[in-house]
Amino acid sequence: MRKIRTYQDVSHSTESELLEQVIEQQERLADRLSPIKCLVAIASGKGGVGKSAITANLAVGLASRGFKVGATDADLNGPSLGRMLNVSGATLGDSADGVAPAKSPTGVSVMSMELLQSEADAPLQWREPSLGGFIWQSSLETGVLREFLGDVAWGDLDVLLIDVPPGTDKIKRLLEILPSLDLMLLVTTPSETTRFVVAKSIRLAQEARIENIGLVENMESHVCPSCGHVSKLFGTEANEEELPYGTVSLWGSIPFDPRLGASTDEGRPLISTDPTAAVSIALQALVERVSEHINGGAQ
Amino acid sequence: MKFLCISCDTVMDFVERQIPGDGTLAAVFECGSCNKEVAMLTNPMETQLVSSMGVKIGGREVPAQPMELSRTSMEGGKEEVFEVPESGLPEHQGHPLSVTWTPEAVGRLDNVPSFVRGMVKRIYTDWAQQNGISEMNPVIMDRARTELGLEGM
Ligand SMILES: Nc1ncnc2c1ncn2[C@@H]1O[C@H](COP(=O)(O)OP(=O)(O)O)[C@@H](O)[C@H]1O
Ligand SMILES: [Mg+2]
Ligand SMILES: [Zn+2]
Repeated sequence: MRKIRTYQDVSHSTESELLEQVIEQQERLADRLSPIKCLVAIASGKGGVGKSAITANLAVGLASRGFKVGATDADLNGPSLGRMLNVSGATLGDSADGVAPAKSPTGVSVMSMELLQSEADAPLQWREPSLGGFIWQSSLETGVLREFLGDVAWGDLDVLLIDVPPGTDKIKRLLEILPSLDLMLLVTTPSETTRFVVAKSIRLAQEARIENIGLVENMESHVCPSCGHVSKLFGTEANEEELPYGTVSLWGSIPFDPRLGASTDEGRPLISTDPTAAVSIALQALVERVSEHINGGAQ
Repeated sequence: MKFLCISCDTVMDFVERQIPGDGTLAAVFECGSCNKEVAMLTNPMETQLVSSMGVKIGGREVPAQPMELSRTSMEGGKEEVFEVPESGLPEHQGHPLSVTWTPEAVGRLDNVPSFVRGMVKRIYTDWAQQNGISEMNPVIMDRARTELGLEGM
């Protein structure tokens, strides 16, 4: 059998420049993110646990303390930040060095797929070919996410919050394209099913050597709106030592309060509209902890 | 991806890329020793796999535009969401050559969905400047389109 040289054998480049372009994409992203002081991902692995609501309230809380805050909605298929930060319908400045983000009334710079879609209730769809989507969709969405991070003229933010979609694979994709990540907040709830998934995300973040990982336990209790009585939302009175979270530290404990959902979903994060509510005070504690982190204080 | 001319044991060089507009792609490679050419033809799925990476076989003639992949790949993009600043295209003001657009060229541009219009205008303008062309008209647009492989836009 004749011997044909392998790809690795031939050093000569074909000038198709594919690898060069991929490297250039990574450099563009790194250049864009380098003036940003602190990159924070809000993830979970699970959906519906409050990642977006916490991102929105955290963003507003940090902005009201004078930080320059950006928030990018990495959840391309289930975008929520546009609505929650009240920028739906905003236009985006188009210039050669980047797309200007939308600015929320609370001063947060926002990018979300919702802003790009003509119909709010239409599922995200890509142009042809319809066949074989399972092959290219993931690379396309990763590319679009790279643009949501790297092609937006964020400027020199103090902090950029990334609202990560559900699915541990999505966390992995994000970590692959990010040059670095300062902090990953993992949102969990007292439900066994959520804990099971979040434990996987913790392991993923640890294996990726993310330096700072913090847990935010959401819906950990219920505050009765009429009498103020605090009760556990989920039946299981879990023993802290039995939680599958290892040594990961708890950065926040947010009670369940229907007003938080209602107000945030309407584009008025409760942390700004009702700062004295128990849930807002709990959110402020998280804001405080993240503020210290941005300022390079206690970790 | 490399093409090896077996008889010459030489890696072939990329020559040109053609986008016929039916979702397929042709990329031509040539052997530098015997000058034999081959065309790699990809079906729509294979073409999409490459373009979904936001890269172009043979490299780019103009630098990647902000959010180019999102804008060219999305179905149902919102019209008028991208706003070119009132001052026009300030990024070109530094360039010694200013490009004027004839009414016909502007008319053509108006047919481009506004989702990508600002970006497409910038690409044409950059190309004209690089080629020392000061007036953009439909003929020049056609030339740029072919040279830049803009059929997908
Ligand atoms: N602590 C809470 N109390 C009440 N409602 C909440 C709380 N956290 C989140 N929600 C609401 O629950 C719903 C799901 O939360 P969301 O942030 O969209 O989850 P995710 O982004 O993880 O999918 C939203 O309507 C949200 O406002
Ligand atoms: Mg969400
Ligand atoms: Zn040859």
